Amino acid sequence: MDGYIDNINSMVMDVLKEIGNIGAGNAATALAKMINKKVDMNVPKVNVLDFPEVPEMLGGAEVQVCGIFFQIEGDMEGSIMFVLKLDAALSLINLLMPRDNTDLDEFAFSALQEIGNILAGSYISSLSGLTNLNIKISVPSIAVDMAGAVLSVPAIEFGLMGDKILIIENEFIEFQENETVEGYFFLIPEPDSYETLLNSLGVQL
Amino acid sequence: MSQILKVGMADLKVAGPPQVLSTLGLGSCIGICLYDPVSKVSGLAHIMLPSSEAIRNNTNRAKFADTAIVDMIAMMEQRGANKRRLVSKIAGGAQMFSFKSSNDMMKIGQRNAEAVRGILKSMGIPIKADDTGGNFGRTIEFYPDDGRLLIKTIGHGTKTV
Repeated sequence: MDGYIDNINSMVMDVLKEIGNIGAGNAATALAKMINKKVDMNVPKVNVLDFPEVPEMLGGAEVQVCGIFFQIEGDMEGSIMFVLKLDAALSLINLLMPRDNTDLDEFAFSALQEIGNILAGSYISSLSGLTNLNIKISVPSIAVDMAGAVLSVPAIEFGLMGDKILIIENEFIEFQENETVEGYFFLIPEPDSYETLLNSLGVQL
Repeated sequence: MSQILKVGMADLKVAGPPQVLSTLGLGSCIGICLYDPVSKVSGLAHIMLPSSEAIRNNTNRAKFADTAIVDMIAMMEQRGANKRRLVSKIAGGAQMFSFKSSNDMMKIGQRNAEAVRGILKSMGIPIKADDTGGNFGRTIEFYPDDGRLLIKTIGHGTKTV
């Protein structure tokens, strides 16, 4: 599978968008349950970008972001990462548990871990449901650092296969206070698993 | 007034004074600075992977340590650098996320750093500064006028090497 993302066709894009859509819908529902408020989401955008463009989506390579990273195991191997700008991460924590302290302390990290678990978990379960593949995620690992550094991890994994990155952009809206939180998903199958994934969705490359 | 040349991910640039070479937010990638102290011709490569050899889709030569270093030296020689005088400074190669059962992909920063050191050694290019590893990102600026390298981080200080 040489450079699959580079030559991605519109049908594959549609399939990945649909996975993103269902996954994000489930994630919004799960998030709403967690914070006990109504949460809506916009239709996710699926983008295929060149490496240098990716940090720009989050405001530049030096902007501080929070990355929540999971390894995927089972019928498909790879990883999944959810990335938020730092202010978005702090407002998510605040939605989850309103408090005065806005530091990224131990509490904030465990809240982020929990949010990550719910979002990635609902995403993966919709993927699993659509594909009939048995997919599990690891416990998350969190990094708060420069966007370029955090995003180097998915970029390198995509770099094994080609010169483009596939990114799913989600926007969650919490209704009562009309607050929006933008999050970015990276689904990074290992090169062998990408074929498994698309085949199980009925896409022939 | 110095002019800053930005080097993106999987990219390389060659410059001389008063220009400054910079790359932002290095994570597991490595910034490789090469410098000829006589002609002051300098190069900066932002590599993502250790070797182009095991990868079939390897046309983007600046993405890999092996091909990026060869290309950068050729570009520097065209601008008057002498390969025998070259020295290097390297930064990056962090492990941003950690897992108990760490697979090879998670250790890519370390593997990148080892590959870069090995290639430079095999070419006889001394490494004057090596700021690699850790679990944090780095922004670097290389100054061809005197060969200094400025390394900035979030929460892990700033230093010049």
